[in-house]
Amino acid sequence: MEQRVLLEAKNLVQEFPAKNRKKVHAVSNVDLTIYAGETLALVGESGCGKSTLGRTLMNLIPPVSGTITFEGVEITKLSKKEFAPYRKQMQLIFQDPYASLDPRMTVRDIIAEPLEIHKVYPDKESTTQKVKELLQQVGVPEEFIYRYPHQFSGGQRQRIGIARAIALNPKLIICDEPVSALDVSVQSQVLNLMKDLQKEFGLTYLFISHDLSVVKFMADRVAVMFLGKLCEIADTDSLYAKPLHPYTRFLLDAIPKADPRNRGRNKQLLQGEIPSPIDVPGGCRFHTRCPFATDRCKSEEPKMRQVEGHMVACHFAEDLAK
Amino acid sequence: MEDLTLKIEHLCSGFFTERGYVPAVDDVSLEIPKGKVIGIVGESGCGKSMIARSIMGILKYPGKITKGSIKLDGRELVGLEESELRSIRGKDVSMIFQEPMTSLNPVVQVGKQVREALLLHENIDKEAAKDEVLKIFEQVGISEPLKRYRSYPHELSGGLRQRVMIAMAMICKPKLLIADEPTTALDVTIEAQILQLMRQLTRQTGMSVLMISHNLGVIAELCDEVYVMYAGKIVEQADVYELFDNCAHPYTKGLMGSIIDLDTKPERLPAIGGVVPNLLHLPKGCAFAPRCKYATERCRAERPELYDLGSGHLCRCFEKEGK
Ligand SMILES: Nc1ncnc2c1ncn2[C@@H]1O[C@H](COP(=O)(O)OP(=O)(O)OP(=O)(O)O)[C@@H](O)[C@H]1O
Ligand SMILES: Nc1ncnc2c1ncn2[C@@H]1O[C@H](COP(=O)(O)OP(=O)(O)OP(=O)(O)O)[C@@H](O)[C@H]1O
Ligand code: SF4
Ligand SMILES: [Mg+2]
Ligand SMILES: [Mg+2]
Repeated sequence: MEQRVLLEAKNLVQEFPAKNRKKVHAVSNVDLTIYAGETLALVGESGCGKSTLGRTLMNLIPPVSGTITFEGVEITKLSKKEFAPYRKQMQLIFQDPYASLDPRMTVRDIIAEPLEIHKVYPDKESTTQKVKELLQQVGVPEEFIYRYPHQFSGGQRQRIGIARAIALNPKLIICDEPVSALDVSVQSQVLNLMKDLQKEFGLTYLFISHDLSVVKFMADRVAVMFLGKLCEIADTDSLYAKPLHPYTRFLLDAIPKADPRNRGRNKQLLQGEIPSPIDVPGGCRFHTRCPFATDRCKSEEPKMRQVEGHMVACHFAEDLAK
Repeated sequence: MEDLTLKIEHLCSGFFTERGYVPAVDDVSLEIPKGKVIGIVGESGCGKSMIARSIMGILKYPGKITKGSIKLDGRELVGLEESELRSIRGKDVSMIFQEPMTSLNPVVQVGKQVREALLLHENIDKEAAKDEVLKIFEQVGISEPLKRYRSYPHELSGGLRQRVMIAMAMICKPKLLIADEPTTALDVTIEAQILQLMRQLTRQTGMSVLMISHNLGVIAELCDEVYVMYAGKIVEQADVYELFDNCAHPYTKGLMGSIIDLDTKPERLPAIGGVVPNLLHLPKGCAFAPRCKYATERCRAERPELYDLGSGHLCRCFEKEGK
């Protein structure tokens, strides 16, 4: 694969105010590189900060600190006006195809909106022509162009959301749980479509998901997030074959396998609950749930470092690799 | 004959709406033997929860049971008065839901809510009831039971709330526990904990469980026997091993095919084409025909029966008729 850097984030921090002058530490000191043309998955449990990181990378919510560089330009430094042309290059696909499409707009207007805002075509007809072309690309019959969102199934709505996201030929698409709300039998259709479009248009995806099976299919590389921090980044095959961070291991082990003969077998379960992002544990943020934790883990925060080709933040990654 | 906790025969229930009758559950028969875990799997809207609500007698207007029988330990539930149903609900049959927050009272300590469930059905004093609650909290893996007893729902994580729901559902030692997508809203590491807990509890207590899920992985983890549902009908029924080894219905095959195998990396996923049918406008023939790659003229014209493939394996597909 071509290894041109598309987006690079350094030391990214995102926080929200919480009660009693405390803060929600949604994203803490994240370094992340996205290469052109790849699918980088971002996985982790509910509330760990995936959506916040995705939105911060797009500069939808400016980071508290840290820098984001897109195609060599530090977008975090730009004024609103200077940022506008970059805005077009990054699009978002949402989880909920029911909530994310305006119910009062026809499919034509939903997909045409970004084209019209950015005045891509001189007149209505050519915009409509482009909308038809987009519908065809995402596999929605062209004659449905004047229908409203409620007249479509979940899978079709997600296709419409995808058509809208690719309308401006973006370079990067942040897909926030794009198939989580869909039925299994429909999920596969949409995932196949996303792969086809990526090939056709050379898209780069940041694919946010909590479903490790879906990620296995979609991603070239995977970044695992726990409580606002990245704990492991690696090539997909290598991560699934040999997870080095304890959290990654438990996450993989927890997936229910569709095999009744193996039920409950060899399963190592993670005990305890997910800590609050307001009172984050000191040292390694995972230490309260980690069966390998030592005193060092409680006091010293592990740095992200390279071990066997993975980036991993655990004091004992080498030992776990054995 | 096997000792049955629940026997459903030819159940039909649905909604009478302005646009017509929605047949959410259409001629469903289902048996739950004592101590067994029975699974229902199927896509969103196929009628899974409607079966659960029919058993519990909690159909909301305009929903109604139109036909059929539901017997709990031999006693007919269809047609019972609300007061009689209330004495059965929570005692003989109880249910846990996908989103525990919606079935817990936000302003009452969770321990008290569980205690209330017990006091409602058993003749014991408050102190003894509290002890029972603490005992069951321990049993469902709630650490620091006394502290949690006094917690309010919003102070608990999703996993703990679901444990509270399980405790509440089990406190009267019901004959049947209905679990409607109990782990769908939970994270995988917490889901794995809850599934393990349910496995232990069914083994220890010998109660029967009806497990509803859209996830074949969850079904494989827990169930002895599985019913596959599509558009209001049972389309396949088999022992769990038989189902995963030799599934027969094209829809089940499609579902199994769309499970992503973690050991391989396919270029494309096998997908079932088309969309889930609208129950108001079901096709004339087999409901799956518009999406089925094996469909023939007959499939589009006539409705298949559930055909017996031997040793309790049933399949609603013409291709299996007389085999
Ligand atoms: N606008 C906001 N104000 C306050 N807190 C927020 C806000 N947005 C997110 N948070 C908090 O930040 C943390 C990270 O949230 P985020 O939505 O990024 O998680 P996530 O990983 O996407 O979770 P999920 O899988 O549930 O979508 C959570 O604790 C969340 O409650
Ligand atoms: N009030 C209502 N009026 C008309 N139809 C309804 C009503 N409530 C539910 N339905 C329909 O009844 C059918 C069965 O619903 P049910 O809740 O049993 O589905 P389910 O299989 O549990 O789905 P899910 O996986 O989404 O929970 C659905 O197709 C639904 O659209
Ligand atoms: S650093 Fe310690 S607590 Fe953190 S994952 Fe590694 S062993 Fe576990
Ligand atoms: Mg999110
Ligand atoms: Mg349901």
